[in-house]
Amino acid sequence: MSVKSLRQTVQGLLPSLSPVRFVAEDGTPVAKQPTDYTEPEVEALLEAWRRMVLGRRFDTQATALTKQGRLAVYPSSRGQEACQIGAVLALRPDDWLFPTYRDSVALVTRGIDPVEVLTLLRGDWHCGYDPAATRVAPQCTPLATQVLHAVGMAESMRRKGEDGVAMALVGDGATSEGDFHEALNFAAVFRAPVVFFVQNNKYAISVPLARQTAAPALAYKGIGYGVRAEQVDGNDLLAVLAVLTAAVEHARAGNGPVLVEAHTYRMDAHTNADDATRYRENDEVDQWRAADPVDRLETCLRSRGALTDEDVAALREEAEELAARVRAGMNADSVLDPLELFDHVYADLTPQLREQRAQLAAELAESAQAQED
Amino acid sequence: MAKVTMAQALNTALRDALGEDERVLVFGEDVGPLGGVFRITDGLTRDFGEQRCFDTPLAEAGIVGLAVGMAMGGFRPVVEMQFDAFAYPAFEQIASHVAKLRNRTRGRIGLPMVIRIPYAGGIGGVEHHCDSSEAYYAHTPGLKVVTPATAEDAYWLLRDAVADPDPVVFLEPKKLYWSREDTDLETRGALPFGRAAIRRAGRDATIVAYGPSVPVAMAAAEAAAEDGIELEVVDLRTLVPFDDETVTESVRRTGRCVVVQEAQGFAGVGAEIAARVQERCFHSLAAPVLRVAGFDIPYPPPKLEHAHLPGVDRILDAVDRLQFSDEPDTRHLLKGAVT
Repeated sequence: MSVKSLRQTVQGLLPSLSPVRFVAEDGTPVAKQPTDYTEPEVEALLEAWRRMVLGRRFDTQATALTKQGRLAVYPSSRGQEACQIGAVLALRPDDWLFPTYRDSVALVTRGIDPVEVLTLLRGDWHCGYDPAATRVAPQCTPLATQVLHAVGMAESMRRKGEDGVAMALVGDGATSEGDFHEALNFAAVFRAPVVFFVQNNKYAISVPLARQTAAPALAYKGIGYGVRAEQVDGNDLLAVLAVLTAAVEHARAGNGPVLVEAHTYRMDAHTNADDATRYRENDEVDQWRAADPVDRLETCLRSRGALTDEDVAALREEAEELAARVRAGMNADSVLDPLELFDHVYADLTPQLREQRAQLAAELAESAQAQED
Repeated sequence: MAKVTMAQALNTALRDALGEDERVLVFGEDVGPLGGVFRITDGLTRDFGEQRCFDTPLAEAGIVGLAVGMAMGGFRPVVEMQFDAFAYPAFEQIASHVAKLRNRTRGRIGLPMVIRIPYAGGIGGVEHHCDSSEAYYAHTPGLKVVTPATAEDAYWLLRDAVADPDPVVFLEPKKLYWSREDTDLETRGALPFGRAAIRRAGRDATIVAYGPSVPVAMAAAEAAAEDGIELEVVDLRTLVPFDDETVTESVRRTGRCVVVQEAQGFAGVGAEIAARVQERCFHSLAAPVLRVAGFDIPYPPPKLEHAHLPGVDRILDAVDRLQFSDEPDTRHLLKGAVT
């Protein structure tokens, strides 16, 4: 390879020097508009805004449900709505999404029933929705392990001649895991149609980004594997949607995987069980509050005359209805059959599981009888 | 009947599986043009193409994680871990996803995939090439764990593993790769997947063995027969599912049982078997169930592995301690008193 073409290759892989951004924190267009990406149409922005408002209401409702003991735990993504919604809107229904536990808002946006989304965190079962029907893998807890599954799914779609894309969602902490690196490497070698979307929300539970990496940005982790990368302002929905749409199309066209890093911020603690005041200053949180992605998009749309007070009020009402549905769904006691614990370990029960199932059935019958007596 | 090695039987099984089902894919490290370091995949890339049998980057978690995604996507991956101890980087994928995805999704997504692992010792391999790692997998619900001891079983159990709707860890006793036997591989034996085989009938005691220990148990039975003791040898074939029925029936009949495994004994598969046997056969037992295992040490260097591996003599010593006279065996107590 000549020096010139090598330089072109390297430049084609490297992310922009600063995060791609269309709209500043105050909702006004930035002076220097990105030239490599197309700004989304107003209709798409209105839809995204709708989803972001609904998503945030879902998120705050879920957090509230933990306080009432209706959810065992909830990892909030408040502040990351541009990423959650942008990721889903960049995908087609026949594309696959491989989310983590923090991506419940993305799942609701994908159209999965909120109660089914919360089945995991409610403690009813490890996954409440049908991954095959929704093309959304179970929310993954062990960090970065599902990124390899996304590569495998992308590779299987490619081999079957389908033009589907797989998108894996991870946080900044997960980029330190070995599986993340193996996934990038495998995807690049196989030219798998996969998009790695890193929501860099600055904290892995309590550990700040500076303790996670010395890289100039997480997007630079792509170059070592020959993976094209980009970084984006994760609180600017326009930029997230534009960059992810381009990344998905790049992968879909058979040009190989793309790594996208979104700079965003986790406004809440890691989960309701965490105390963020032990590891970060309120000043920092306040600064990010000024960069709120929902407010930013709303201001942007209002300034363009695309949004009225009536629209905002109507959506707020819709969001309250959603919250009420979530509350109702979660307040209804779930009916669980302990015997189901045996039913999905294998396609068929082994002789040993059949015995153990019978044992538990007898125990349950006995305790039911004792309650009657 | 032709002489067939276990390596050839495994190769033929992969070949036939690839030929019969286009969803089957074979991948791993060096399994492509090289044919694998043990040549189990010899000629598969040549005959089925790079699309069906291919090399991957050198990363075991990556290989298994990729296989999970491809199984979700409708393929039936058969992956090779190059050696037992090299599979450990994939353990998280195996324990947290391969074993659990069906259960996690309430049966909506099963993972029909096979993880082939050459395992155990006896070939003079250096460190990290001789681990008996079966207990890790057998302890993990959601996995099926298979280990053949004959070429015929190697073929049919691998065919069954590939066709299974659930993930199978397929442990290949590498010291048996080159052992030959007369078989045509064309007629399936009478035993289904999940059933143990009685390799040798005997009335005096039952030796339960699997994988690399089966030929050792057979040799011990030959030797014991010369002294007039008839040992029955049970070859488990599949550790999961475990065939309680065959083992229990045999021990109830013989009244004595020795469990043999190459792996270190503590918390091993043999311990589980011994416990199951005494739970089910207590009133038929004339002696405690004994275990013959490797010592509880890291696998030895090649020149010392002979001291570690259970051989015929160690099995016969255990048979001697099965209280064929009415005197209870107190040797272990005396040993304890001396130290």
